[in-house]
Amino acid sequence: MEKEQTVHENVHIGTYVMVWLALLMLTGLTVTVAGLNLQSFAIVVAIFIAGLKSTLVLNYFMHIKYESPIFRNMVLVVIVTIAIIIGLTFVDISFR
Amino acid sequence: MNHTAELIMEKHHDPVGARIGMWLFLFTELLLFGGLFLLYAIYLHNHPEDFHYGSSHLNQFVGALNTIILLTSSLTMVLSVAMLQRRKENLAVLFLVLTFLLGAFFLLNKYFEWSAKISHGLYPGSDVLLSRSYGEVLFFGLYYVMTGLHALHVLIGMVVMLFLLRFVTKKRAKVAALLPADLEQFQGKRLYLADEQGRRIWESEPLGDSVREVAVVVDGVRTKEHWKANVIKFENAGLYWHLVDIIWIFLFPLFYLIAM
Repeated sequence: MEKEQTVHENVHIGTYVMVWLALLMLTGLTVTVAGLNLQSFAIVVAIFIAGLKSTLVLNYFMHIKYESPIFRNMVLVVIVTIAIIIGLTFVDISFR
Repeated sequence: MNHTAELIMEKHHDPVGARIGMWLFLFTELLLFGGLFLLYAIYLHNHPEDFHYGSSHLNQFVGALNTIILLTSSLTMVLSVAMLQRRKENLAVLFLVLTFLLGAFFLLNKYFEWSAKISHGLYPGSDVLLSRSYGEVLFFGLYYVMTGLHALHVLIGMVVMLFLLRFVTKKRAKVAALLPADLEQFQGKRLYLADEQGRRIWESEPLGDSVREVAVVVDGVRTKEHWKANVIKFENAGLYWHLVDIIWIFLFPLFYLIAM
């Protein structure tokens, strides 16, 4: 139990600050890209950057990177489930 | 005379189990917002021009500012948890208060933003909005529901932080307790505290049948048990706060940036 209690204690404060800076830079990037007039491609880029930012938050701030694999697997199952739901719905509305 | 009872000297802590439980709750939150993102995706697909035009009414500066505020509040939250893990309670409180204030700043911006929209007649069911196209009505409906539900989550997160503040500043330790099952056999008996020579230093009144719990509580101290329990609470509150941050990370480009 002691080991599990201290599982995240080795994360350096500097790591958290670096992740925060990366998140701010990606925010700047998504605002810049939105001004480039990429038409329908813009939404894909916006979702991709938001996905990158979420991955950083999940791995470092929510400690998924430092947890046992069951946490990462559970998160993956949920993300894949939501992706399947959204994907299948689009298959439906595209072929009506 | 040989009335014996088991003393509970140490509480059982299961940090991993507690975190798994929190994640399961967060998954239900993801599915709740996932449903709304699905609605957004379909209506954007069906009414792309209306959504772009609707988005042009939103203030990109306020949206970007609130993104920076929420990302920074995630940093202060994770630092608060990290400080408590290192048993630096005062720094943990400092970062928790900062996180709370950033949350309040976010909601303040949201208030001014919504007030400006409502004063322009842009709210669900208004005459101004109903005279616009169907796609714009959908865009603003989703805008209010999704950012509103998100703001409610921010508010709940702030209330949770007030509880954390109460837990971490409380200096009272339960050092021992009797199992409830043992209490019955002590009815009408007196409890006493004895020093190492067996001298009674304190004695209770006879226990009545209304007594439900007997515990030795010491004021003015923080025990390791107390700290361990608080770390679990801080970690789980942090997970909730970061999830609220992730949802905003998606809301920001989808509502504020698609018009540019």
